Amino acid sequence: MPTDLQTSPFAIKDCALLAIATGKRAQNLRELREHLRTIDLGSIYYHFWGGLLRPRFDDPEYHNDFAIWVAHSLHNKVLAERLAVIDPGVYESLEAVKTELIEIIEESLDGTEFPIWAKRDDQFEFIRHQIVVFDTHLTANKPEDLPAILSGISLGSIFYHLVDARRRNDNDLDDFQNWFMSFGSRYAALSEMINDICPYFTPLTKLREQLKTACDTYFHTEAS
Amino acid sequence: MTEKTLLDKYAEIAGSDVIAHLRQLARPLKGLRFVHINATRVGGGVAEILQKMVPLMQELGIDTRWEVIAGGSAFYQCTKGFHNAIQGNQVSLPESYLRAYEETNAKTAEELRSILLDADLVIVHDPQPAALIRHFPDRKGKWVWRCHVDASRPYRPVWKYLREFVSKYDASIFSISKFAQQLPHPAYIIPPSIDPLHEKNIPLPDQELQAVQTEFGIDPERPMILQVSRYDRFKDPFGVIRAFRMAKKFVPHLQLVLAGGGASDDPEGEEVLQEVRMAATDDPDIHVLLLPGDAFLTINALQRCADIVLQKSLKEGFGLTVTEAMWKNKPVIGGDTGGIRIQVVNYHTGFLVNTPEGAALRIQYLFNNPEVIGEIGEKAHEFVRENFLLTRQLREYLTLVCALLHGETERIEFG
Repeated sequence: MPTDLQTSPFAIKDCALLAIATGKRAQNLRELREHLRTIDLGSIYYHFWGGLLRPRFDDPEYHNDFAIWVAHSLHNKVLAERLAVIDPGVYESLEAVKTELIEIIEESLDGTEFPIWAKRDDQFEFIRHQIVVFDTHLTANKPEDLPAILSGISLGSIFYHLVDARRRNDNDLDDFQNWFMSFGSRYAALSEMINDICPYFTPLTKLREQLKTACDTYFHTEAS
Repeated sequence: MTEKTLLDKYAEIAGSDVIAHLRQLARPLKGLRFVHINATRVGGGVAEILQKMVPLMQELGIDTRWEVIAGGSAFYQCTKGFHNAIQGNQVSLPESYLRAYEETNAKTAEELRSILLDADLVIVHDPQPAALIRHFPDRKGKWVWRCHVDASRPYRPVWKYLREFVSKYDASIFSISKFAQQLPHPAYIIPPSIDPLHEKNIPLPDQELQAVQTEFGIDPERPMILQVSRYDRFKDPFGVIRAFRMAKKFVPHLQLVLAGGGASDDPEGEEVLQEVRMAATDDPDIHVLLLPGDAFLTINALQRCADIVLQKSLKEGFGLTVTEAMWKNKPVIGGDTGGIRIQVVNYHTGFLVNTPEGAALRIQYLFNNPEVIGEIGEKAHEFVRENFLLTRQLREYLTLVCALLHGETERIEFG
């Protein structure tokens, strides 16, 4: 069962991520791998998911910081593509994501005689994060309230309920799906529509649109 | 009609949702006392930001004060030396300067004792007031050191001296992660921002743009590229001139404006300016402008008149001139370095280049595809609106305060 399972009403929360330098830096692939072995999982989370909430242009090619660095600073496009395709949402845990990262990097290192060095000013900077969660005092009493509420909620709220929830809840589901479950099978179809939304490869603005579209479509169909 | 509040004005630019978010973040902080301390109320980027940030925090219901540290000439010589040393210059500071620095901090600490002792949060900006903290061993609130300069490779002897003070803080803030130094407390990363209501960034009427073009002999009918920066070798003004000359073969009517200020009190800047003028001699289409430090409206107008803005730096801190240009819907061709990389994304908000040749190619590409200039400009503006306005920086400050006041755990929940 999820922790903190929401029964009605659904309290909309908001969150913000704070980036904190760890002081750990890598200048080549070997150093990256060594740091990955010991780095806190919060750092892995930040470099995969944090981009959704911080000042960063959505890179159309590479979705996580490791892939971006390998592409732009080590100019290793092959490895960058392999790293970019990792969807952390499909792994059991961040530990598993980390293991996958290390394996892909090791495979690349196996085929490399001399590791390429990034410029000194261009090292990979490991960052960890703190997440601060706030109450918005907005609530949905029933799922039917969601379409009206969703267009006005912040991207931080989308991140909290759709992305952060999957890490926070024991059943790996987002908060919306957990809330629908508390109504039995009544909203199972809507839950499935939301389950189909991929939070990782989609910017938060789009996620908000997709979530709203799913709710609009579901309730419109149900009404007609 | 009631006058618009500052928050109303920012809501019009950044969006009402952004302001609602700020109000929400400020709610748990109401009743707390905050103090910002820096070295000046006017001039320089820190003062510019505080001029708006402090009243904004007050409007959000947070009791916020702004205090400054002031000293004599030895104090300023010393802190100028700190500034240069943090950025990596080898600086030798005589004992008398360090004494003046410590005495000025001690004197200011006494003057502000009651305010600082009771404050819930004290944000100390840059090294000038950094030593205040040693005079408050029994402080009640949290103290944060905000470093606005590139501290990625400080001159070690000076950093070692400053580190003694900085280490005592509860947290520090750096603009980008590579600027962060190892310290015994959390080093937060908060990028800087521009103020859309500052004279540098407000929309300007066409007459004002025309007046500036007339004043500097810029032909409004011909394409123009611009670089705004100090006359400093790291800003690569010579590379910009080379790029311009190469691009001119493809865009024959092109004009280049190099605009910078503050060179007169900087011996090296003066030297670079003279060399730039020499390099531009015999080409009436290169305009080398030396502007006073407060020529905000002129810079604003020049940025708005330009078709493309360059920031071809070889080394750069964050590069707020890039942010300013992007805010004015200009594609930026920037050096592939420092904070420019965070802002300029190839084919999206501009182009990153490594050589004058690269810059020339991008200039040619953009003038050959004028529709791309508009598309990139629009994306650039939106990118700044979402990420680099003062409201975003304030949001991060408020979040940081919430975090600091409620422990160091990875997750902090309110409400």
